[in-house]
Amino acid sequence: MIRENFEKNMLELQNKMGEMVEATVVAMEKAFTALEKQDMTIALAVIEEDADIDALENEINQMATWLMAKEQPVSRDLRRILSMIKMSAEIERVADFAVNISKSTIKIGKTDSLLPLTSLVQMKDISMDMLKKALKSFVEEDIVLAKEVCDLDDRVDEKNYQNYKALIDSIQQHPEQAEEIVQLLFINRFVERTADHITNMAESTAYFIKGELFDLN
Amino acid sequence: MVMMVTEVAAVNKQQVSTASAQSKILVDDLNLFYGEKQALFNVSLDIKEKEVTALIGPSGCGKSTFLRTLNRMNDLIDGVRVSGNITIDGEDIYASNDVIKLRTKVGMVFQKSNLFPMSIYDNVAYGPRMQGIKNRKVLDALVEESLRGAAIWDEVKDRLKTSALGLSGGQQQRICIARTIAMKPDVILMDEPTSALDPISTLKVEELITQMKKDYTIVIVTHNMQQAARISDKTAFFLNGEVVEYDDTNVIFSTPKDQRTEDYVTGRFG
Repeated sequence: MIRENFEKNMLELQNKMGEMVEATVVAMEKAFTALEKQDMTIALAVIEEDADIDALENEINQMATWLMAKEQPVSRDLRRILSMIKMSAEIERVADFAVNISKSTIKIGKTDSLLPLTSLVQMKDISMDMLKKALKSFVEEDIVLAKEVCDLDDRVDEKNYQNYKALIDSIQQHPEQAEEIVQLLFINRFVERTADHITNMAESTAYFIKGELFDLN
Repeated sequence: MVMMVTEVAAVNKQQVSTASAQSKILVDDLNLFYGEKQALFNVSLDIKEKEVTALIGPSGCGKSTFLRTLNRMNDLIDGVRVSGNITIDGEDIYASNDVIKLRTKVGMVFQKSNLFPMSIYDNVAYGPRMQGIKNRKVLDALVEESLRGAAIWDEVKDRLKTSALGLSGGQQQRICIARTIAMKPDVILMDEPTSALDPISTLKVEELITQMKKDYTIVIVTHNMQQAARISDKTAFFLNGEVVEYDDTNVIFSTPKDQRTEDYVTGRFG
């Protein structure tokens, strides 16, 4: 095959993005474990380990820059590299939200009266499902799956709105817990933003596949 | 002066029509045969005035053959037969046998500089002299104008009487361009004009081509796809004697419609 080496480099880049997604899913799951178990050690670990994900994004950027300089990709190859640069930036933001959630967990601290987290956890589950699908749709060049990712964002938005209302009610009913509930409101927002960034990833995938800019949600 | 509404409308219409690129060369269903062997198949292209049109494609795909049909250089080869239609400014270029007139209007720059073993000045003045221009002042002005047009005046103005063959490859190629410009053509054909040049000379010639398109319609054959992407407005991709795709250069290099174009520009074959 012509350009075998280039193909190999592109695959490496894609694998690095896969690694980033994997690490980010782990970070988000740990952030929620920390929240649910009120475990400060785990929360601190998420904050600390974020540097590894940042480093991966850096590696992707450097590698992509070098590939563009030496291979001068055009057309589909160029769109593929550009999409990977954009997507890695989105993944990095998602990982930052895991950090933000961990910081909120630390602010809430130990409490005997933590509100039920079921709905937030569901939101997180949908988001992480979106993240895995966003990666899969890119790797397998599956535009239908990319569209599905964007549709899932509607469910996250819906839950976000319900949670918001429920938490505002809780503040009114339990003003003494206001500080904790405000942190939960933040977390609600962080997860909602997470899903938005993943939607952007799916749009980058659609651009890579079709060569057109889409607003899929 | 008060203009009538209809006059204003007419003026506006005129402005619109001059703003959009006009067709300069219209090629319709062109077929070319070298004896029994067909080299071009049903080529139809609308080449716009004062734009750079790049022809790309693997070796032997017919792009140089096509370029040479535009000033009838293929007429020099035995057994060449052409069918179809090529018009420049609406005039059928195969209708008349006055190829000299055609080649005055449609100049050509080749892969390797083909300067005459004479001075820089005489090389550039050669064509105009052949046309009968003898007035020294007119020739001086024409030579300077042409060398300036080819962005090489400053480099050679103090050595016009020295041999053109003493110049570097990149300079010689720009003298060839000056020699072409001296004939005041409308169209300039370039067949891989930078393939024998070093990278800096290549960039100088590319820069020159970009400047020249305000005055000339340029059609260029190039194997350097980045060059086509950098300097051309439109790109035609040739394969096996056919035009696979012809579109704005940014479309060809970012979102080509045909898989074969995609494979070629991304280096998957060719």
